[in-house]
Amino acid sequence: MEKIKGKAWKFGDNIDTDLIIPARYLNTTDPKELAKHCMEGVDSEFFKKVKIGDILVAGKNFGCGSSREHAPIAIKACGIACVIAESFARIFYRNAFNTGLLILECSDAAKNTETGDELEIIPEEGKIINLTKNKTYFIKPLPGFMKEILKDGGLIPHIIKKYKII
Amino acid sequence: MKYPMTLAEKILANKLGRSYVEPGELIEVPVDLTLANDITAPLAIKTFESTGINKLFDPQKIVLVMDHFTPNKDIKSAEQVKICREFAKKYKIFHYYEGGNCGIEHVLIPELGLVRPGDIVIGADSHTCTYGALGAFATGVGSTDLVGCWITGKIWFKVPETIKFIYYGNLKPWVTGKDLILYTIGDIGVDGALYKAMEFTGEIIKKLSMAERFTISNMAIEAGGKVGLIEPDKKTLNYLKNRFRKDLVYLKADKEAKYADIKEYDVSKIDLVVAFPHLPSNVKFVNTLSQKIYIDQVVIGSCTNGRLEDLKIAAKILKGKKINPNVRCIIIPATPNIYYEALKRGYIRIFIEAGAIISPPTCGPCLGGHMGILAKGEKALSTTNRNFVGRMGHPQSEVYLAGPAVAAASSILGYIGTPEEVGISLEE
Ligand code: SF4
Repeated sequence: MEKIKGKAWKFGDNIDTDLIIPARYLNTTDPKELAKHCMEGVDSEFFKKVKIGDILVAGKNFGCGSSREHAPIAIKACGIACVIAESFARIFYRNAFNTGLLILECSDAAKNTETGDELEIIPEEGKIINLTKNKTYFIKPLPGFMKEILKDGGLIPHIIKKYKII
Repeated sequence: MKYPMTLAEKILANKLGRSYVEPGELIEVPVDLTLANDITAPLAIKTFESTGINKLFDPQKIVLVMDHFTPNKDIKSAEQVKICREFAKKYKIFHYYEGGNCGIEHVLIPELGLVRPGDIVIGADSHTCTYGALGAFATGVGSTDLVGCWITGKIWFKVPETIKFIYYGNLKPWVTGKDLILYTIGDIGVDGALYKAMEFTGEIIKKLSMAERFTISNMAIEAGGKVGLIEPDKKTLNYLKNRFRKDLVYLKADKEAKYADIKEYDVSKIDLVVAFPHLPSNVKFVNTLSQKIYIDQVVIGSCTNGRLEDLKIAAKILKGKKINPNVRCIIIPATPNIYYEALKRGYIRIFIEAGAIISPPTCGPCLGGHMGILAKGEKALSTTNRNFVGRMGHPQSEVYLAGPAVAAASSILGYIGTPEEVGISLEE
């Protein structure tokens, strides 16, 4: 996985899926359409402000609420390269992995980052560097099984490979 | 050597044919039922078709319920449903529900007898945990996880640790399962059971109706829980009696099982609860509110409280009364069967005479879809399960959560209050 460098957008605790992508926009599955409303519940201008490669940083229980995969899809489609949070809600956690959105659980990095901070992430080493604050953080390594899913490019390619279906 | 297990561990071990599983272990289990709705199924279908695989593991184990925007609220939702309908036809998916046989998935599926105790159920909907009330290991996943299971018939889980919740004491008048679960979420917080299994038990759980048990398990996700399990008992058996012919498996937690935490609640101390915006954990007792909270809308329905028992409570309170002229009271029977029963028992007549609006079975306003959307600054009291920002409409509208008794009483009062305030006592 490649190195990521971008500007941080900081949000609080319990950012739920209705804030990430309100249900009224769920009558489509088109990533581009969904991206236009990403984080609309917290910041209606977010889609216009965010740049490709930026990093979303949040507090506890990010992605709680509904099982809608439209949430990680919208985040990814609006250009966010990675989400760092103190903790993730479990369905969102699975969905992010399955749809290939990089997420990192790191309490210290999440707590000590502010909007506008320049971050660098080296996924292979589990390393998060806050360039603005000159601080480095490490995340807990992933279980081997989940690394495999990421390596194969998501759950579906992983399953196809494992079961040699086609 | 025998390993004592919690209910969640028991179900998983039983499915794997093993003598035990341990929390933290990654396992792959065969799945008994999968479900998706009009929001999550189109995404799953898109993903499935992109694989080029044209075989489903077992179409009999797939349920598709078009409940969220039903009857289709606009062209886009109609197109989404069309994708699902055609997919169901193509792959001979028998359990496809749209139109007159359609209700809210988590009420409809147990009603149809599609879930048994001990089953593993995954649904591309977070409230799949509702079936924990039948002793099934049921949990929400995303569309991609679902597709994985459509192809392989299996899913991977990390065996969760379990928190046990014990309820004892005497229930106060009008207090139902909804108050107990809201109170519990208020106590442990919206991430209080994150990644964990919740096991609800104690003398009070045994006394609750199946409807109330479904309400409790339904909201496990609001505490971050993976599953919300209740041990099957005679009531479960009765509920399942006419729904299944085959012998059923009834698993129980072992007495010496290890729990991550044990929480005990004396329900004698729990009054009618309301959760303030914008988290289900912002709970207060209705009788302690220091000022009147005037409301514009009341919603009685959803997979949390749209069952016959909920409508019965509402009917008891609304009988011979009038809805406050400042309030729209929308009542949504969760399934056609509940609608029909409510009609036969005279509840619908009571509702209409009181001035309520009756909606066809749908998720509708619960997720801000349609059938009762809030304008900027409007407030609603709802028997649903989420009061997040913008959940029922405008980002600056507000949702308060409560059980059916508070909802019905408040629709008469025009502000959030109790049945006592409308002069109704509990005599049965
Ligand atoms: S009623 Fe509400 S919570 Fe239940 S499935 Fe429908 S939208 Fe989800």
